[in-house]
Amino acid sequence: MKTLSRLYIGLILLFLYAPVAVMIVFSFNSGGSVWVFEGFSLDWYKGLTTNTSMLTALEHTLIIAILSSVISTVMGTAASVGILALRKRVSRSAVMSVTNIPMMNADIVTGVSLMLLFVFIGNLFTLKESLGFFTVLAAHITFNLPYVILSVMPRLRATDMSLHEAALDLGCTPTQSFFKVILPSISTSIFTGAIMAFTLSLDDFVISYFTCGHYQTLPIVIYNMTKKTVTPDVYALSTLIFLAVFVLLILYNVLQSKAESRRGFNV
Amino acid sequence: MNKKSFGSRIVAAPYMVWAAIFIVVPLLIMAYFAFTDGSGNFTVDNFMQIARFKKAFALSIIYAVIATIITLLLAYPMAYYMTKLKISSQRMVMMLIMLPMWMNFLIRTYSWITILANTGLINKFLGLFGIGPLQLINTPGAVILGMVYDFIPYMILPIYTAMSKIDNSLLEAASDLGSNSWSRIRRVIMPLSLPGVISGITMVFVPSISTFYISQKLGGNKDMLIGDAIEYLFNTGPQYYNVASTLSLILMVMILVCTLIMNRFGDDEEVVV
Repeated sequence: MKTLSRLYIGLILLFLYAPVAVMIVFSFNSGGSVWVFEGFSLDWYKGLTTNTSMLTALEHTLIIAILSSVISTVMGTAASVGILALRKRVSRSAVMSVTNIPMMNADIVTGVSLMLLFVFIGNLFTLKESLGFFTVLAAHITFNLPYVILSVMPRLRATDMSLHEAALDLGCTPTQSFFKVILPSISTSIFTGAIMAFTLSLDDFVISYFTCGHYQTLPIVIYNMTKKTVTPDVYALSTLIFLAVFVLLILYNVLQSKAESRRGFNV
Repeated sequence: MNKKSFGSRIVAAPYMVWAAIFIVVPLLIMAYFAFTDGSGNFTVDNFMQIARFKKAFALSIIYAVIATIITLLLAYPMAYYMTKLKISSQRMVMMLIMLPMWMNFLIRTYSWITILANTGLINKFLGLFGIGPLQLINTPGAVILGMVYDFIPYMILPIYTAMSKIDNSLLEAASDLGSNSWSRIRRVIMPLSLPGVISGITMVFVPSISTFYISQKLGGNKDMLIGDAIEYLFNTGPQYYNVASTLSLILMVMILVCTLIMNRFGDDEEVVV
């Protein structure tokens, strides 16, 4: 039984990692093909450093991911506070239903509907280009927001009201109490929401595809490259991304288990 | 200000304005395009033209259903076996499952071409034994494989989460009352992991039915799926926005209905906030 279960887990992991392994191996190919391995070389990695379209796209991706995750985290945290303060249950559930739409909907529908909005606005103001930096940023903020809200709101709801009341009794204004008492106690869930927003934004292809115009992000450049004959440089780039994510994930796990053991000592 | 809250509802105002402009209005514009012709007159003609995309709709549904079933069949034992590991190994395997998720799915999909192509790794391997080359790429099977591969983490993770929440004492009680391991799985684990299965199915089905990249790369553009049709029409030009909006609207309604049915099925209370 035990060997069977390990074998099964191993096979699923093999399935998950087969394409990843292929990608890493062929990124070191000295030949220009992703079919025939001719020999080992680092040429494709060296080539990346001079590939300006890729580097620009990388810069765009990072700018959009940082801006959209920061803006959606601030707006989403404020929204969670405000939505919980709504008096009527009906209005709360109405707002939450709208919030759920971008999460439930297919990315392609979210993408094309936003594109229609941007093209409509562009025509209204007779802009030459309706799509660009601001539209892709707005689109990313839009699909990030529900993840931030759904990360922050449950934690906020579970926060002990008496802490807030105690702060008020001790002379805090409601604003002071929020920043000094409530915010620190929900900071982990805000952080989780921000990280989720950041990674979603980094990885998004479908919604960016319909809203970015000439402001191309990395996934869009990769898409355009896979339309033509693919050379190993795409694999080299992906291997680097894979390594970066791998390191970040290990770091995150180490930090998390450290935080857990620290919490363990306190109890 | 509400007594039982940490702040004023006014702070939600920016979000509400944002949600109205970027969530509600775009869908209204899409619906407007779906029900009008190129010059803005009301028409249901777009819905008549949908007949041309009958095959795309049918294929999308069939592929997505098959991919979802295969994903569930592969993921369920995986999640179950994972809960049997040591806690530290569980965390390791979780990390290994999430890692490819954070790589661009375009590349992950594209790498399969190297494996499946006529001159690809599998056919080269089979060639050593004098078999093949088999036609693996540009087949419906390759498209479904791509869907299963890209979305299987979304099935494993919620099922695993649901299973790891199951109280061990329930299983012990079941054994004490005479259950063997199979009936423990069927009568305790399966019902209690159902919410995870439900969200897994939704999370795999929705991206599968609406994908437009996987079918183009692994299916060789032979069979157009509904996502391909929408993408193609929107890219061809504004004169096709109306029909493309109609297709998107129908896709959205289909997804909405499926999600509602699934939630009803799982009696998932979390959806109603």
